[in-house]
Amino acid sequence: MTAVPDIEFRAVTKRYGAVTAVSGIDLAIPPAAFVALLGPSGCGKTTCLRMIGGFEQPSEGQVLIRGRDMAGTPPYRRPVNMVFQQYALFPHLDVEENISYGLRQARPRLSPREISLKAGEALAMVQLAGYGRRKIHELSGGQQQRVALARALVNKPAVLLLDEPLAALDKKLRTDMQIELQNLQREIGITFVLVTHDQEEALSMSDFVCVMNGGRVVQIGQPSEIYDEPADLFVADFVGKTNLLSGKVAGLSGDLVDVALADGTVISARKRVPLSRGEAVSVSLRPESLSLSAPGGGGLKGIVRNRIFLGSTAEYAIEVQGIGSLLTKADHVTGRGNLFEPGEPVAIGFAAGAPLAFPHPKNNGTNQREDQHVKILS
Amino acid sequence: MSQGTNSGQVLTAGGQRSAGAEAAFSMRGRFLRKNLLTALLLAPATLWLVVFLVLPFVAIAVFSVGERAPEGGYQAAFTFAQYANLPARATAFWNTMMLAPVGALACLLVGYPVAYYLALRAPQRWRLILLALIVIPFWTSLLMRTYAWMYILGGRGIPALLAYIGIEDLRLINTPGAVLLGIVYGYLPLMILPIYVSLERLDRRLLEASADLGATPLSTFLGVTLRLSLPGVMTGFSLVMILLLGEYLIPTLLGGGKVFFIGNALVDLFLQSRNWPFGSAIAITLVLVSVVVLIIANRISTRLSGARRVDLI
Repeated sequence: MTAVPDIEFRAVTKRYGAVTAVSGIDLAIPPAAFVALLGPSGCGKTTCLRMIGGFEQPSEGQVLIRGRDMAGTPPYRRPVNMVFQQYALFPHLDVEENISYGLRQARPRLSPREISLKAGEALAMVQLAGYGRRKIHELSGGQQQRVALARALVNKPAVLLLDEPLAALDKKLRTDMQIELQNLQREIGITFVLVTHDQEEALSMSDFVCVMNGGRVVQIGQPSEIYDEPADLFVADFVGKTNLLSGKVAGLSGDLVDVALADGTVISARKRVPLSRGEAVSVSLRPESLSLSAPGGGGLKGIVRNRIFLGSTAEYAIEVQGIGSLLTKADHVTGRGNLFEPGEPVAIGFAAGAPLAFPHPKNNGTNQREDQHVKILS
Repeated sequence: MSQGTNSGQVLTAGGQRSAGAEAAFSMRGRFLRKNLLTALLLAPATLWLVVFLVLPFVAIAVFSVGERAPEGGYQAAFTFAQYANLPARATAFWNTMMLAPVGALACLLVGYPVAYYLALRAPQRWRLILLALIVIPFWTSLLMRTYAWMYILGGRGIPALLAYIGIEDLRLINTPGAVLLGIVYGYLPLMILPIYVSLERLDRRLLEASADLGATPLSTFLGVTLRLSLPGVMTGFSLVMILLLGEYLIPTLLGGGKVFFIGNALVDLFLQSRNWPFGSAIAITLVLVSVVVLIIANRISTRLSGARRVDLI
């Protein structure tokens, strides 16, 4: 990429006393991209966002905005604006005063006419025209969200930072806002950096997802890449639902490994990192890559324990002897009563290439969730 | 006892109505009981206030339209002569009206930075200790502490020390400066605490949001911090000001009693010259002035901070 990245992290580390929140992050965010920083709480994603905003200073390394090193530049001199978690709107100002707050700080000063014109445009952009004189506490959560957006965007920042912007909204509103945010980003054409712990939100809105864990970037890629080709066990487990089956490497052939599962079944899986014979591995199988059929054919055999009917799809928890419980997902076709009943024996099949094998996390592994998962399965 | 019959009964129209009436009755009962409990809980405080605040106030109001008995005290009458006589004490009123706001302002100027430091800058684990240090002097009587200042500022105090290094003939005691110092010293906690509370409640992210929107630290302070702490400022200011309207101890001890305040006038009228009606008229006027001050302070802070309600303590 030849263009100067909007945001660049160069070997950025942030420590709070003895605690390292972010360690050695290198990251370049291209112009006009919608990027999500995704990870569990405490993974350092918010710290990264705050370092872009200037509320935290990196302990080591550099943060650059449009090629300029931001070291020592206070928040009020940075060409970025932030939508805060729970919005942080000024309670003593009305909607229009909130939105024009940034415009009134501009030097050289803008004329009052210019300010009210721009504030009006921003209000219209977030579909709140006519709400200018409302008090903040008179607005609903969704409206406050829009005011926060308008307040940030009216300053025409190089980059918009969003800190869990949808966390306080109910599900229906959240889906609407996801679409609205995506449209806004395309319309304005500036970079949006979104921090979220909600993998669905990250996958649905952004052009690029940057998955973080334990203060490091684990994987960067397009949403489909992250979902289909997770870099490691953590990403496979954190992004979307998956089944993790533990086993040992029984054979190697090119990109594929044969994994002997706990019950002796050998399945062929793709590998993302070099593995050696006899190594303990976890095999990730997405629920939707599993198919159920009446017993008799090949594949794993199990018994339906639970059925979760979701309308367009149905999920099944299948108990497999010697392996544990597997989650499968099947499309529901209206009118075809092909639902399996709890207690029914079934055969589980999967497409070749669907299973992905990852080495077991070492003891210094980054995530405890994996260990729990493995324990449940073994 | 099958459950079926029970639910069947409830479903009949008559049963439903009687159930509804019963519910309404028991609700009214609960309502009454709740009110009774509330009344019981409030009774001691109400009684106390009636006996020691309302009745004396009524007495003072009645006195103020009466006459001085020949041998002193009160004699029944209905006249506004006492109020008409108020200009006789104009100097005391004037001095008080100057002292109260100036003293409150001095407390504010000294107190705000302290409250700001405590709420926003002081390390968390020091905060309680520092707050305690501000309150602890309250445990000793103001009279004693003011006497202490008398000695510190008096001839054998600071002036004597300064004389050692060659600064002679400096008079500190019995000056307006000494009175102001005593007032700030005595009333500072009353100013600091409400401001501290309102700054402590301030959402720190609002300060970050302000900086994010391009505001320099100074404009953030003026536009957000100060604005949102105004309810605390107004509370502290009116609290100190109202107490200063009745203050007479500090001006007497540190000001040498040369300047007369309403407080002095009241003591004089009630205890020395025993002109109760005139003293009452002055007291009533003072109360009215206090109420006006409160209302104005409330208006200002409500308007400026955008708060819907201002808690005065």
